[in-house]
Amino acid sequence: MRGNGPWKMAAGAAAIALLAAGCSGGSSDDDETLPNAISIGIVEPDSLIPSNTVEQNGSSVLASLFYPLVRFDDNRKPYTVAAESITHDKANKVWTIKIRPDFTFSNGEPVTADNYINAWNYGAYGPNAQLASYFFSRIDGYAQMQSVDADGDGPQKAPEPKAKKLSGLKKLTNTSFTVTLSAGFAGWESVIGYDAFYPLPKAAFKADGVLADTYGDAPIGNGPFKVKGKWEHDSKIQVEKVADFKGTVPKVDGITWKIYQDLGAQYADLLAGNLDVETKVPIESLASASGDLGARLQKSPSSAFAFVGFPMYDPQYANRDVRRAISMAINRGEMTDQIFLGSETPATSFVSPVVSGYRPNTCGDNCEYNPTKAKALYAAAKGPTDIKVSYNADGGHKAWVDAMCNQIKASLGVNCTGSPEAKLSDLLKKVRAHKSVGLIRLAWAMDYPLMENYLGPLYTTDGSSNYYGYTNTAFDSLVREGSEAATTDAAEKKWQQAEDILAQDMPVLPLRFGQNVFGHSEKVTNVSMDLFQKVDIYKIEIAS
Amino acid sequence: MFRYIVRRLLQMVLTFFGATFIVYALMFAVQDDPIQALVGERPITESQRAALTERYHLDDNFFAQYWYYMKGLLTGDFGTSMTNRKVSSMLADAWPVTMRLALLAIVIAATIAILAGVVSGIRRGSIFDNATLVITLIVLAMPIVVLAPLAQLVFGIKLGWFPATAGKNATLWQLLLPAGVLASLVVATELRVTRASVAENLRADYVRTARAKGLTGARVIGVHVLRNSLIPVITLIGVDLGALMSGAIVTEKVFNIPGVGFNLFRGIRTEDGPLVVGFVSVLVIVFLVVNLVVDLLYAALDPRIRYE
Repeated sequence: MRGNGPWKMAAGAAAIALLAAGCSGGSSDDDETLPNAISIGIVEPDSLIPSNTVEQNGSSVLASLFYPLVRFDDNRKPYTVAAESITHDKANKVWTIKIRPDFTFSNGEPVTADNYINAWNYGAYGPNAQLASYFFSRIDGYAQMQSVDADGDGPQKAPEPKAKKLSGLKKLTNTSFTVTLSAGFAGWESVIGYDAFYPLPKAAFKADGVLADTYGDAPIGNGPFKVKGKWEHDSKIQVEKVADFKGTVPKVDGITWKIYQDLGAQYADLLAGNLDVETKVPIESLASASGDLGARLQKSPSSAFAFVGFPMYDPQYANRDVRRAISMAINRGEMTDQIFLGSETPATSFVSPVVSGYRPNTCGDNCEYNPTKAKALYAAAKGPTDIKVSYNADGGHKAWVDAMCNQIKASLGVNCTGSPEAKLSDLLKKVRAHKSVGLIRLAWAMDYPLMENYLGPLYTTDGSSNYYGYTNTAFDSLVREGSEAATTDAAEKKWQQAEDILAQDMPVLPLRFGQNVFGHSEKVTNVSMDLFQKVDIYKIEIAS
Repeated sequence: MFRYIVRRLLQMVLTFFGATFIVYALMFAVQDDPIQALVGERPITESQRAALTERYHLDDNFFAQYWYYMKGLLTGDFGTSMTNRKVSSMLADAWPVTMRLALLAIVIAATIAILAGVVSGIRRGSIFDNATLVITLIVLAMPIVVLAPLAQLVFGIKLGWFPATAGKNATLWQLLLPAGVLASLVVATELRVTRASVAENLRADYVRTARAKGLTGARVIGVHVLRNSLIPVITLIGVDLGALMSGAIVTEKVFNIPGVGFNLFRGIRTEDGPLVVGFVSVLVIVFLVVNLVVDLLYAALDPRIRYE
């Protein structure tokens, strides 16, 4: 090599690099959109199989591809959409669902009772490990479909469950079927509004009870939109209108669900005009968001409920007055204003305001900021001089836990420290082992808009998320009586009585109710979000 | 030369297995409850736990799990991520965009660094030399977590010169801003090394000889000085290429580029062993190959270097 070799080499290397960088970029068609279409930002969904979708991103996409049996009106009461009628016997145990006969899947298949039965059987079958399978647990025969690990948790293969089908599902005609519950439940009609209860077409299955491998990449549904192409992981999911859809027809012709890894990047694209709706404005942008977006920054109630649980197994917190005093020592309004910049609202009840039957301020005096009374009560009850608040460090909770601790310190004159654990699972493991973790940061978002969806999992003795070990038999039986009541109104009465017990016992500190804080571009109007943190795709339209 | 390459390749195989073993062991040690991580804050039933544990071999001991993994890897199967996607298809999705980003960043960085480095090496102490010193120091002092959002805000949103984010199928144009931000990570060191090396070579005997022969200034600098000065710079660029591919986590996040850095971050957060080990395995290979190429380039640049 001689002469100007290095220059040639450098130029050659640069040319190769640029070529490599550019070659596949040429085929980019990111901005290719339908004329009357909009884009909504999401995070990469975990799954697009209805019975395996338990997070809000996948759920949002599914809402555009499927048409549920029921939706909810402004009073959180269910009304039928894909179902023609839903009736039940006196004991609320046997439910007859009649579906509308004119509906088809986007591939042309008519929607029949079998599509529902097959989908629900798939979701409930234990070895399929569908994350939303617990929704089917009220249906008769669910327990027989779960495998029981004979030898605890050894390496031995778990035995096959006794049944492959839910015995509680019976087909009557092509368009009707009955659901038998293992116990009467007046609120069942609200439960079936959830994603797990969508029907699956025949095309989804490769054999009886076995889902086709590729179904999750481009789910075929009975909804107003169908997937264009397939799910482009980490990039986008494009859906387009189904021709002559029989239900409510959305006003836009297509939606591009743009996938972002980060809310900040999403916000940047919203400002730059590359995105139409961001469903969650990041908290670090909230201060400038009203200036950036003006009236295009909006808020609506969501079902999220943030609270702190008391370790009921810890004798230090066994005295009810200790728990009451700590609750009174906290200024909830100051926290939501200063730290959450008004994106969340103070909570003074034990169920979210978005459910029917909610009453404001059921917590009463116990949740009112009153440092003098708190201090006197705390001293009289001889509460611990050292309070610890445990939280998971990966969820951005440090700021408000520290603020809450400072309030407790100032009000009660005791020491309070925030104690981070790497992950929630680490924290919960310690709680299950009854280690001394102090107060426990927790949160809940509902699956269906019933009071029971808060009271049952969070506070009953065998509630799935009652990690702190609260137990009160009077409360348990009221919740159960409510579930078995003949009408939803009677049920709500029982549940409200149950909530009153919580206000006396204070097993948890209600702290904040979540809100959807969302922003949209100038291109779209009529943007609204529902209780499930989803954009209402039937109302949104393009600004003229 | 041929024997040298073969020897290096054999070493690479050993390094590869060692590195994947260590990463696998680390992921295994850190793995606490990946099933809970999968569902977030929701409760999970015993039956689901049993089914998922069996699907991902989570109840086997470390060596059995490693054996399953390596058996798959050697047959070209990178395994399945905890999100039920094939790791091989995730690799195929993530690598091209990161590769393009890193190459573009290298081209930007090397162009600036070599041009400015040569000029400041020749005119030491000049205004240009001091100005580049100050500017590169400022850029070097700014952490990328500040620089990336700032560049996005100023050039992407306020001025609107560049697209604010890039995405998966990014065009060269969309990648320019993130690549510039990435380049700022490495441009300072490359520039300083070029400058020092040019300054040193200018004093060498062969330069004096060339000048005495009556060669033009451009030829002395362009051929004699530059060729010898580039050797340390090439090494640096080779190492930087590896660093840029793995270290683009922040940039990829800010500019929404679903590349390698993002996938590693996601895998670590969700305790997704197969995902992390798969990406690291490919990263290890890239590092090894780049290093081999750099070593071979020496011989091309400097005929005195011979490999046996």
